[in-house]
Amino acid sequence: MHHHLILRVVTKMLVGTIILFAFYVQFHGDFSPGGGFQAGVIMAVAFIIYGIVFGLQKAKQVFPEWLVHKLVALGVLIYAATGVASLLLGYNFLDYGAFNPGHPIYGQHWGIFAVELGVGITVTGVMVAIYYAFAGRPPPMKDEDW
Amino acid sequence: MINWDFIVGHLNYWLFIILMMTGLYIVVARGNLVKKIVGLNIFQTSVFMFYISIGKVTGGTAPIYPVNRQGDIEYDPTIIYSNPLPHVLILTAIVVGIATTSLALALIIRIREEYDTIEEEDILRIEREMSAQDNKEHGSAMGGRA
Amino acid sequence: MIDTLIDLILFAMLVFTALAIVRINHLFAVVMLSGVFSLLSALLLVTLDAVDVAFTEAAVGAGISTVLMLGTIALTARTQKKSSRSGLVPFIVVTVTGAVLVYGTLDMPDFGDPNAPAQLHVAPEYMAGSIEDIDVPNVVTSILASYRGYDTLGETAVVFTAGIGVLMLLSGLGRRRREDEEEEEDV
Repeated sequence: MHHHLILRVVTKMLVGTIILFAFYVQFHGDFSPGGGFQAGVIMAVAFIIYGIVFGLQKAKQVFPEWLVHKLVALGVLIYAATGVASLLLGYNFLDYGAFNPGHPIYGQHWGIFAVELGVGITVTGVMVAIYYAFAGRPPPMKDEDW
Repeated sequence: MINWDFIVGHLNYWLFIILMMTGLYIVVARGNLVKKIVGLNIFQTSVFMFYISIGKVTGGTAPIYPVNRQGDIEYDPTIIYSNPLPHVLILTAIVVGIATTSLALALIIRIREEYDTIEEEDILRIEREMSAQDNKEHGSAMGGRA
Repeated sequence: MIDTLIDLILFAMLVFTALAIVRINHLFAVVMLSGVFSLLSALLLVTLDAVDVAFTEAAVGAGISTVLMLGTIALTARTQKKSSRSGLVPFIVVTVTGAVLVYGTLDMPDFGDPNAPAQLHVAPEYMAGSIEDIDVPNVVTSILASYRGYDTLGETAVVFTAGIGVLMLLSGLGRRRREDEEEEEDV
C-alpha cells in the first residue's frame, strides 16, 4: 500500500493515541466503562491497523510473533497465579482479601488490578496472533483483482 | 379487546426474536460458509441484546456509581440502576464469541484450500464423489463383493 | 416516549440491515453490513443501559470481526453462488421456531419491570456489596473481576484455547514439524 499517503500519515498519528486510550480503558475500568476485555481489543486494533496500512512485515518488526505467542499464555498465567497466590496465603481461590489482610478493600483493588491485567494481555495476544495468522496466509488472488 | 400494555411490555422481546430468526434463516437457507458465519453472528448479537433487555429497569441508568472529588463513592438511594449481572455475562460472551468466530473462519480457509470452494453444495458433491471413488477401489480389491 | 421512539428506529434499521444481508450475494457488502449491524446493536445496548457491553460490541463486532471476515473472503471467494434450493422449507422452520419463542415470552414479565424475578435476587446483593466490600464504582467491573472471578478465568481460558486453535489451523506450526520429520525420514 505505497500509494495511500493520507492513510499512512493519519495511521502514524492515530496508533499512539489508540494505545494510550487502551491503557486508559484498562486502568480506569474501575471508574468508567471498560476493563481488560475492551482494553485488550483496542490495544490489538492499534497493531492491526498498523499491519493493514504498513504491511505485515513492518507490524511483525514492531510486535514480533514470538512475543505475541508468549503474551497469549502470559495473561492466563497471571490470572491463575493471582488465584494460586491467594490460595497460598491461606484464603480461598481468587479471594483478593488475601493481598492486604489488614484492609481487605485495598486487597480487592490489587486483585482486580492483577486479574484485569491478565485478561487484557491475553486478549491482546490472541487478537494480534489471529490477525497475523490470517494475514500471513498466501492470498489466492492479487490486490488488483478486487 | 387488545391489551395494549401487554403488547408494549413485550414488543421488545418479539423484535429481538424477529432478528434472531433472520439470523437463523441465513444459517439454514444460504450455502456459502462465510455467509453462514455472518448469520450466526446476527443470531448471537440478537441473543445478547435479548439477554441485556431482561436486566433493564424502567427509569434506570448504567450501573456505575457517581464518585466525588476524593474518589469515594457517593451513594444516592433515589437513583435506580439497571441489573449489572447480565452485562457481565454478555460482556465476556462477546469476546469469547469473536474468538470462536475466528476459529470458524480459520476452518473455512482450510476447507477452501482442500476443496477449492466454500459452497456447501459443492463440498457435499465432492465428498460424495470421493466416497464413491473409495467404494469402487475397495470393492474391486475385495473381488467385487463390497 | 422518546425512548420507545429511539428503540423503534434502531430496530427498524437493524431489521433492514439483516434483510439486506439475506438478499445480497456480494460477500464484501455482506461483511460490511454485518459491521453496520454490530454498530447499530451497540447503540441499542446503550439505550438498554449496558454501556460496558456496548463498548465491547463496538470494538469487537464493528472492528476486529470485520477485519477477520475481510481477511477470510480475501483468502476464499468474493461472491456467493446462487443457491438452487428453494427458501420455502427454511422459511417454515424459522417461522415455527419464532412462533414457539414468542409463545415462550408470553409468560415473561414486562420489559423494564423493576419487580421482575431477575431484578430481585443476587443483583441487589452485588450492587450493595460493590460499595461495602470492594469500593469500586463500576459494578460491572467488581462483579466481573471479583464476585464472578471464576467465570472470567474460564472465559479467558476459552479465548486462549480459541487463539491456540487458530494458530494450529493457519500459522502452519504443525505442518512445519511434520515436514521436518518427513525430511529426516528421507535422510
